[in-house]
Amino acid sequence: METTEQIIGSLPDNRGHFGPYGGLFVSETLMAPLQELQQAYEHFMKDQAFLEELDQDLVHYVGRPSPIYHAQRWSEQLGGAQIYLKREDLNHTGAHKVNNTVGQALLARYMGKTRIIAETGAGQHGVASATVAARLGLECVVYMGAVDIARQEANVYRMRLLGAEVRAVESGSKTLKDALNEAMRDWVTNVDNTFYIIGTVAGPHPYPAMVRDFQSVIGREARSQMVQQAGRQPDALVACVGGGSNAIGLFYPYLDDPEIAIYGVEAAGDGLETGNHAAPLCAGRPGVLHGNRTYLMEDADGQIIETHSISAGLDYPGVGPEHAWLKDSGRANYVAVTDDQALAAFHDLTRIEGIIPALESSHALAYAAKLAATMSPEQIILVNLSGRGDKDMHTVAAREGIQL
Amino acid sequence: MSRIARKFSQLRAEGRKALIPFITAGDPIPEITVDLMHDLVSAGADLIELGVPFSDPMADGPVIQRASERALEYHVSLRDVLEMVAQFRQLDTDTPVLLMGYLNPIEVMGYEQFADKAAEAGVDGILVVDIPPEEGGDLQRLLQAKAIDQIYLVAPTSTTERIQRICDLAGGFVYYVSIKGVTGASHLDLHSLDEKLDEIRAVTELPVGVGFGIKDAETAAAVSRLADAVVVGSALVSRVEALAEAPEKIGASLREVISSMRLAMDRAE
Repeated sequence: METTEQIIGSLPDNRGHFGPYGGLFVSETLMAPLQELQQAYEHFMKDQAFLEELDQDLVHYVGRPSPIYHAQRWSEQLGGAQIYLKREDLNHTGAHKVNNTVGQALLARYMGKTRIIAETGAGQHGVASATVAARLGLECVVYMGAVDIARQEANVYRMRLLGAEVRAVESGSKTLKDALNEAMRDWVTNVDNTFYIIGTVAGPHPYPAMVRDFQSVIGREARSQMVQQAGRQPDALVACVGGGSNAIGLFYPYLDDPEIAIYGVEAAGDGLETGNHAAPLCAGRPGVLHGNRTYLMEDADGQIIETHSISAGLDYPGVGPEHAWLKDSGRANYVAVTDDQALAAFHDLTRIEGIIPALESSHALAYAAKLAATMSPEQIILVNLSGRGDKDMHTVAAREGIQL
Repeated sequence: MSRIARKFSQLRAEGRKALIPFITAGDPIPEITVDLMHDLVSAGADLIELGVPFSDPMADGPVIQRASERALEYHVSLRDVLEMVAQFRQLDTDTPVLLMGYLNPIEVMGYEQFADKAAEAGVDGILVVDIPPEEGGDLQRLLQAKAIDQIYLVAPTSTTERIQRICDLAGGFVYYVSIKGVTGASHLDLHSLDEKLDEIRAVTELPVGVGFGIKDAETAAAVSRLADAVVVGSALVSRVEALAEAPEKIGASLREVISSMRLAMDRAE
């Protein structure tokens, strides 16, 4: 496995800026805890004992490295480029989320914090946080919008089994963004003993950089695995983007290879033209939310608007600031895929390769299928299969009129 | 001298402390906000803090968040709030008005346009909750050019170094957040408040206001013995909420709270 090295790159700058994006847009009460976190993070990412323990956990607890799989039959049917899948769905808890929660929970322990809080939308990050909290014997409170609780019952039960307290958020749109607001409020109130595990590459500095660094194990592994398996690096990378943590995890170690094309896939929901989507990079504007400047879904007055996607994990009105920067700088391309297109890819991978992907990851698969058809069979696309689809059985069945 | 500085020096000369009520613009209906501002002044308010509704008020507690939600049902925008201030100014040219809110609506309007329009409307100070001094430079330069004070928060968690830095940048007054937590939370500790105010006063001549957690006349009086200004928000907004279906009764209810606080504060001197 690739070891976690000193990977704090040139961006963000020391105040958390990726060009005009990122930064520290929080109330004064949070400045001291964020600075404490930043210092601790910088310190422990150079601490040999911390890094060794993290790497051990990634191997023996998460199950890394995750394999890379050549989806040969699907590639043949698409008749274009070869599609390879980075199997983050095979991690413990079934998605890439745990790469980050293992890292942050370990940091919490090294910092002497006894209580963990987290926000969750679909429940995947909540489950991954409750999992590591259980293992380290830390108290865990997960904030989740009341609407999401209703549509993700199984994950709520899972978190409770793991010993976490799930608190329903009844304010605003009662979804992920409101859960994040509520977790921030908890943190402001309990900063002395509490560590806030943010699940994606958004939020105030140092979260976007820290979560990226924990997730970039994905791309570091892929670099050596691709050489072993295919004899070379891919021509294109594809990953879905909600907040953007699985995408940045794959992209980051490849940013300095300009010949490798990068595609981030947002949720177009019912279609970008309908307004019912969750695609701030494709159809939003820059603004400030949740501690950072980035692309947002907002109305003409600057109020954050509700988003729509069949995939709860992509249903977020903002996006990590590094993606905003990669978009503006032209290094990465951001595209969007509708609910229907994602569902079609969900069924294709399931039937053709025997892998049931998460609906989030299905967005990446749908775009990869489209892209593959425009490329030659000698070319390679590497898709981040960020999670498994077991959690989505009810959503898919309901969409097709089936009661489970 | 700005309207805020003038007000504080006038109060200082009279040996009184400033009472600063907070209400959210447009809550529960936009039509009554300007009247409520006048009501607050007539009951003894010295400055008015007017909240700009935002969909994601991260630093506020549930009471003030619900106030934003009520106002947003009427789509009360930053532009509307500025119009309310302009309307208030037609009858009151003396009472300073501060806008309190979050950065995104200002980003969307554009900093320059916002500074122009705020000055035109008669706004005296701006408190943007989610803009610490590190990120506030561009906005502050534009506001300064229009003689609008940018008010910064100091928190219980602020280090001595940060307090110094914030006070160097702050205009109008320094707003001390008296508790670790969101607006409307409890547990105001007068002893640690006193210590922190000493620390702030050691580095600035600016008046120091205290807010978050001041629920009643007794607490207002106790805080006014220590600070130059007392900010009251959630205690008022709770009343607005309770009377949301009978908006014609809100003015009298808020006047009652403010008069009792005014009385208690003036007796405390």
